[in-house]
Amino acid sequence: MKAFLKYREIWLAAAIVVLIGLISTRFPAFADPGNLRQVFNDTSILMILALGQMVVILTRSIDLSMASNLCFTGMVVAMLNAAHPAIPIPLLIVVALVVGLVLGAINGLLVWRLNIPSIVVTLGTLTIYRGATFVISGGAWVNADKMSPDFIGFQRAAFLGIPVLSWIAILVIALFFILMTRTALGRSIYAIGVNPTASVYAGIDVGRTKFIVFCISGMIGGLAGYLWISRYVIASVEVANGYELNIIAACVIGGISIAGGIGSVGGAVLGALFLGIISNALPVINISPFWQMAISGSAIILAVVLNARGERQQGRIILKKVEAA
Amino acid sequence: MTDIPAPRHIPDRLDKPLSSAIFSWEALLVMVAVAIFAINSFASPYFLDPYSLSDLTFNFTEKGLIAFAMALLIISGEIDLSVAAIIALASTMMGMAVQAGAGTPALVAIGIVVGLGCGAFNGLLVTRLGLPSIVVTIGTMSLFRGIAFIILGDQAYKGYPESFAFFGQGYVWWVVSFELVLFLIAAVVYWFLLHRTSFGRRLFAIGNNPVAAQFSGVRVGRIKFILFCLTGLMSGIASVLITSRLGSTRPSIAQGYELEVITMVVLGGVSILGGAGSIVGVVLAALIMGLVTFGLGLLNVPGIVMSIFIGLLLIIVIALPIVWRRLRGGR
Repeated sequence: MKAFLKYREIWLAAAIVVLIGLISTRFPAFADPGNLRQVFNDTSILMILALGQMVVILTRSIDLSMASNLCFTGMVVAMLNAAHPAIPIPLLIVVALVVGLVLGAINGLLVWRLNIPSIVVTLGTLTIYRGATFVISGGAWVNADKMSPDFIGFQRAAFLGIPVLSWIAILVIALFFILMTRTALGRSIYAIGVNPTASVYAGIDVGRTKFIVFCISGMIGGLAGYLWISRYVIASVEVANGYELNIIAACVIGGISIAGGIGSVGGAVLGALFLGIISNALPVINISPFWQMAISGSAIILAVVLNARGERQQGRIILKKVEAA
Repeated sequence: MTDIPAPRHIPDRLDKPLSSAIFSWEALLVMVAVAIFAINSFASPYFLDPYSLSDLTFNFTEKGLIAFAMALLIISGEIDLSVAAIIALASTMMGMAVQAGAGTPALVAIGIVVGLGCGAFNGLLVTRLGLPSIVVTIGTMSLFRGIAFIILGDQAYKGYPESFAFFGQGYVWWVVSFELVLFLIAAVVYWFLLHRTSFGRRLFAIGNNPVAAQFSGVRVGRIKFILFCLTGLMSGIASVLITSRLGSTRPSIAQGYELEVITMVVLGGVSILGGAGSIVGVVLAALIMGLVTFGLGLLNVPGIVMSIFIGLLLIIVIALPIVWRRLRGGR
């Protein structure tokens, strides 16, 4: 199985290289290291979000409320910053993480304690969190001129020639890599996705692990909230509307099985990069951005079709034996 | 689909005591609907006007039509997230036909055929390639709406013929709109299909255990394909209604409808894990959502705040029976 997973990421990486190659035939400067660094930076937020969604999907759940969480948390920190510009940015990031954590914990508690399917819970909180954004802001926007220079400048500041935003993405990727490959929690997450019943017998508290997983995706949503607002320098109710499906799309392209249990940090990152490159490249090579949706839709379908064969072999071996008998 | 599927039973009313029938899902929904109706009529003096109640129906008829087909699909253990995108694509095609000088019958035919075609495309991907429907339809959702964006850009199609306006704006009798009549007819047809035919029995069987259903001779793939076609067909019909009501087509038409339709279905008591649900529940849920949004609208509550109430309603109504059972010491 491990060899197979590696195989898939290599394919995805190759697809990205081919994509960059194709784009650079039309526009040579695209493959320039400086531009690629820019593309990575532009995709950082999507990568972070995709990693948070990945741990949820691995446990056979789904978090549809991530973009609404992002919108709410972003509004909270933007309003805080507008009202009290003196609050240092690291503290604001902690606030964003905590607010996101609370929103994620609400999802997690409903899934854990009441056993409501996650798709129903997060479908509800998707609309609630976005509505709550309207309530706290009164429908008003927080514009760039109300945000402090630090608030906007922090993630743009360069460290070793790379923007802080990219560093945050690299840090998050590293943390998730450690979580998924070196910790008991990571193992439990995979185990639950592969076989929830067996996980119970193996002593894993499935409900509690799902709760933790939703807390993680909530914190990620909160972090992305600050990053998003300070990057696009406007906080409104409309922020990241419908983005939850882009996040899931990045996961799907990255080979994370929606049925749980299959997927990796590398896959999620590459899936997000793939979408990021498409959206970055279209204007550069003179294709109308209106094509973007159709292209990413086709990419998703193609990715699922390619992924499907492997998954079927994995999951249905028992069934085949039954059929043969 | 997601989460651990809990063991379920095919609904069987015979071995249930009377008390559990009183606390059935439909009864709960009726109580919620009556409560919201009462609150509305106290909150606004304009609510109990027949014309105003007639306006109310437009809040749920279009989405409700899709919800019927979606309910069947979810009962069979699948889902379709692309319904709103199908509306956009069908509406765009109708818009192109209008520019080419098509008449009303041709427009209706185009809307329905495009919807059916999109549904069949989803169905083929899911059944022929054995792909999870949630992912396939996230993909086709982007694809269908993407095509609408490619064709329309930031333009809008207008100039629909006057006779076309009947579908979304016309009244059959006094305050009874064509949309409402269509909704009621569809409710009866889908009720019959789900609860009174062997086709309906098979849907429950597939949703409860697709493998067992397959071994019992149910043609799972073919039935699922038909269900995706049905959802596409209903989206096509809804597209005709919405386009006619708005009198124009934009690529962002019906944005976010897919989640509202699914909320309607789940609120109606259909298990998102498949295998359980009823059409009566979906009708009631559609009515409740119409009542909530219309009542809040009369009170000048902005649309985005209404969504809080819909979301809360969804979670509370789903959580209520579970909390109730816990409190009574069950489980």
